[in-house]
Amino acid sequence: MTDRNMALAQLEPGEEAIIEFIDVNKWYGDFHVLKNINFSIKKGERIVVCGPSGSGKSTMTRCINRLEEHQKGIISVDGVEMNDNLKNIEAIRKDVGMVFQHFNLFPHLSILENLTLAPIWVRKTPKKEAEEMAMHYLERVKIANQALKYPGQLSGGQQQRVAIARGLCMQPRIMLFDEPTSALDPEMIKEVLDVMIQLAEEGMTMVCVTHEMGFAKTVADRVVFMDAGEIVEANKPHEFFDNPQHDRTQMFLSQILNH
Amino acid sequence: MAIEFKPSPSLPPPVNSVGALAWLRQNLLSSPLNVFLTLFSLYVLYLLVPPIIEWGLINATFSGDSKAACTGGGACWAFIGVYFEQFMYGLYPSEETWRINLSLILLVLLVGAFAIKTINKLYLSLAIILVYPVVAYFLFAGGVFGLTVVETSLWGGLFLTTLLGVVGIVASFPLGVLLALGRRSDMPVAKSVCVVFIETIRAVPLITILFMASVMIPLFLPDGMNFNKLMRVLIGITLFSAAYMAEVIRGGLQAIPKGQYEAADAMGLTYWQSMILVILPQALKLVIPGIVNTFIGLFKDTTLVYIVGMFDLLGRIQAANHDANWLGTTVEGYAFAGFVYWIICFGMSRYSMAIERKLETGHKRN
Repeated sequence: MTDRNMALAQLEPGEEAIIEFIDVNKWYGDFHVLKNINFSIKKGERIVVCGPSGSGKSTMTRCINRLEEHQKGIISVDGVEMNDNLKNIEAIRKDVGMVFQHFNLFPHLSILENLTLAPIWVRKTPKKEAEEMAMHYLERVKIANQALKYPGQLSGGQQQRVAIARGLCMQPRIMLFDEPTSALDPEMIKEVLDVMIQLAEEGMTMVCVTHEMGFAKTVADRVVFMDAGEIVEANKPHEFFDNPQHDRTQMFLSQILNH
Repeated sequence: MAIEFKPSPSLPPPVNSVGALAWLRQNLLSSPLNVFLTLFSLYVLYLLVPPIIEWGLINATFSGDSKAACTGGGACWAFIGVYFEQFMYGLYPSEETWRINLSLILLVLLVGAFAIKTINKLYLSLAIILVYPVVAYFLFAGGVFGLTVVETSLWGGLFLTTLLGVVGIVASFPLGVLLALGRRSDMPVAKSVCVVFIETIRAVPLITILFMASVMIPLFLPDGMNFNKLMRVLIGITLFSAAYMAEVIRGGLQAIPKGQYEAADAMGLTYWQSMILVILPQALKLVIPGIVNTFIGLFKDTTLVYIVGMFDLLGRIQAANHDANWLGTTVEGYAFAGFVYWIICFGMSRYSMAIERKLETGHKRN
């Protein structure tokens, strides 16, 4: 079976992949960080990626919008192959929102300006329209009353919700979450997860690197477990948690669930 | 029954922690060492201040037409008074100095217009950066609208100092930004050009560059092709300052967390959009002290043009010291020069602090 067929085999017949990894490899110098990744994600699917630190889960996610370059294999997003073509990369980034562990809001801009920056400059939306849309998404994440403050004036949980709203303002087809709750205090994790669950229920295609196993059980269509740069196991959540196939998965689950 | 929590009312601060006496106690007399330092400083002030006041004000002479008129034994400020016009405008013809004053007034009005809320800041900035220099150039040089031509060799004094400083600052800043971005670029050609330029210029003293500009370059140019010495010196000063500026700005670029670059990229902003909208506003704000430091240094370095035969403020003062009528007024001349430079540089430093406060958004809580 060819690599492409292997990737497609995970889909039901007739379904179109929105993100496709075909035999993807990546090195940092001598360090082989992604090894033969074959995986595809269909439209509307919610994927949770977990695994020990250094397993390559963030790197794999960041390859989807080419914040990281892969050296071998094919990654295609929405039918466009990710390569050195800047035009393609910029086009894909318009349609892929990303939320980071450390929020990465722009501290010199107000909350509202953070949200309208990309719509105005990348999508060329008129300013007024962009602001209306921004307020709409701020209301959805329940911080519309903070629109004129600066990021430094908000709590971590509020900042992360702003970051999610900022991603949504570009009306993306895919949202990537790179450990969105890892830098938050426990009481703030819930407010961020609630927003993400709401988003999942609306049918957004999501790829989410997280250690929140409760979130994975509730909303994921598939849970992907990575270790040492490889996808060890990918399965529906109840199968994954109740009946892990691989020794390495069992060990990981016993470590994070029994503490 | 629930017990209600009632905080006790705040007590007034103790008497010895507020007021002038408490300030003295805390800041000047808090320990034996502090007491000693305070007394020592007072003694030094006692030694310095009265003689300076005596020399500069009480025994000083403020009018007269030669050194002989200064009989009080103090400073001879009459010298500054007589030469004041030369110190300000160089050998610019007296009847034409209104052109310099007018251009200064224009600049002050234009910059002051930023305070008007209803004015479009973009158009105003464009007017200052693009239109004003042209207007000012024709005012200074003349040759249009019936204005008499004034050769640049006659330009001098504080006018020349300011011109060199302002043009150097305004031109070297954007060039410095480009060099800093180029040095961090992924493009090998752009990167090496910037590195070679910055490292070459920084390795050479400004005097060398000024000599090159005024003496060497004309030797290499073909016969009949020559351009103004002032222009060559301006270009030299600008390039010199841009190399330093680039390194200051590069420091700011490196201080911006990688996440900011990634967030801008992930949104689909192009390279220039992410630099202009996201990275540079933060990086430049961080290095305002360094930028102003470079500007102040540049402003004072302009005195070196004396070496290549241009008479800026300091040059004019030194020339006036050779006047047979005013021999022995060197100290007054240098004191005046120091005072003027101090006013301008101190003003720049206060202005930069005001800008920093205005741009502070990091930890402001309402």
